[in-house]
Amino acid sequence: MATPLRDRVAIVGIGQTAFGKGLPDSELSLACQAISAALDNASVAPEEVDGLASFTMELNREVDVARNVGLGDLTYFSQVGYGGGAGCGTVLQAAMAIATGQCQVAVVWRARKRAAKTSRPWAQVPRRLDDHWQWSRPFGLLRPVDEVAMLTRRYMHEYGATRDHLANVALAFRKHANRNPAATMHDKILTREQYLEARWISEPLCLFDNCLETDGALAVVLVAAERAVDLPQRPVYVHAGAQGLPRQHQTMINYFNDDPLSGPSWAAARQLWRGAEFGPADVKVAQIYDAFSPLVPLSLEGYGFCGRGEGGPFTDDGTLEWPDGRLPTNTSGGGMSEAYVHGFNLVLEGVRQLRGTSTSQVAGADTCLVTSGEGVPTSALLLRN
Amino acid sequence: METEFVLPDLEAQDTAEFWAGCARGELLVQACAQCGRWRFPPRPMCPDCRSIDVEWVKTSGRATLWSYVVPHPPLLPAYAELAPYNVIVVALDEDPTIRMVGNLVDRAEGPINEIDPAAIRIGEPVRVVFAHVEDVALPRWVRAG
Repeated sequence: MATPLRDRVAIVGIGQTAFGKGLPDSELSLACQAISAALDNASVAPEEVDGLASFTMELNREVDVARNVGLGDLTYFSQVGYGGGAGCGTVLQAAMAIATGQCQVAVVWRARKRAAKTSRPWAQVPRRLDDHWQWSRPFGLLRPVDEVAMLTRRYMHEYGATRDHLANVALAFRKHANRNPAATMHDKILTREQYLEARWISEPLCLFDNCLETDGALAVVLVAAERAVDLPQRPVYVHAGAQGLPRQHQTMINYFNDDPLSGPSWAAARQLWRGAEFGPADVKVAQIYDAFSPLVPLSLEGYGFCGRGEGGPFTDDGTLEWPDGRLPTNTSGGGMSEAYVHGFNLVLEGVRQLRGTSTSQVAGADTCLVTSGEGVPTSALLLRN
Repeated sequence: METEFVLPDLEAQDTAEFWAGCARGELLVQACAQCGRWRFPPRPMCPDCRSIDVEWVKTSGRATLWSYVVPHPPLLPAYAELAPYNVIVVALDEDPTIRMVGNLVDRAEGPINEIDPAAIRIGEPVRVVFAHVEDVALPRWVRAG
């Protein structure tokens, strides 16, 4: 009989660098600084670390991180694929490794210098394609925003979602960023008029439907629950976690199956809630992956906060806004207004909410859903304190 | 002539037959030789019966517009010059779960930015045409109404 993960592992340290464009330090330096800060935050010595997890897209190798930070003998190291779909999965893999005794102290991180225009993955496409991109890119569907816009247009057509719904998402996250001094958009107010008049990037998506381009790094430290209670920070337990790659899915260009608008969130959610002692109605605060605004209503549907096609209207009446919304979401500003570091900043904000230290602290927050990319093979975590 | 467009590799093992069909003016999909199920994009195994035996069948080239976008810069230079242009997804009449990405044009060799985006409608009927870019015949779509 399998034993569920349920609260057997805790996040006990978080660390991050500044967010910015053109940060002077190298990606390796940023990774090491974030990990070092997370270890200090946890009061755990580097030589105790024996597990690592990160993204397949992470350019810093375990060997280099470990040599710089002075980590101990590593007995577990893994990577999760599919870009922004990986974040929660990396934490989940580290938690599983601790729960099964493959390591005792795990560090999970993401470091990225993304802000330079030349660093954008879509601008580095080869001229001749022999993989699945040959079915979309030759026609000018070049960037992630184009690929998501295609599903968004269909979503609007089938369910009546509107640009006003997408504006609800962008404005809520901006308001939260305005309260968070670490957020890139801390000082920039966004109005509905500005949103509706913004330039198009890929119709029906405008500039403010897109995440930021950010340089920065973040890290978390995990240990078993028994150890966590002896450390200074309030433990934030990994209550449940899941990855999701649904039947007949194609990453980003998920047009080639029976039901393209039922994405990876649905598959991850089925496993997530199976492993949990509570349901969507009990979640007090959420951090939903927001590389693009329409991923939020789609994810809200997938994780069961509303019915199929109801994700647009769900955002009305300030549902996603701190402090009075039913489900304050992306309370640090998220990828759209705090920083876009492949969604890993959402994990850290989830931890802050359950420690009680968010700049938009939800009163009585004791459960938080964190999700990774929708539209790509994904992952999610349920945290509790 | 070399262009700056992103194009398919015409020699890739599991997909070359599709592009060879386009070069002949035929829109092909794979049909499983064992169970008959159509599939696209081309791939080596049938997900229904796991047969690797494949027949390529010529479709009618008639379809319905399923969704569309209108990209604006920043884009790769060759595409930025044409922006704003349209990209569409169509669903084949013979099997609406078979979808393809393309462009809506006025005529086979017409530019991808000639149709007024405000006049594009989900659900409108289209039929395939083939546009030649370097050594590639790209399936594009004209209105069939």
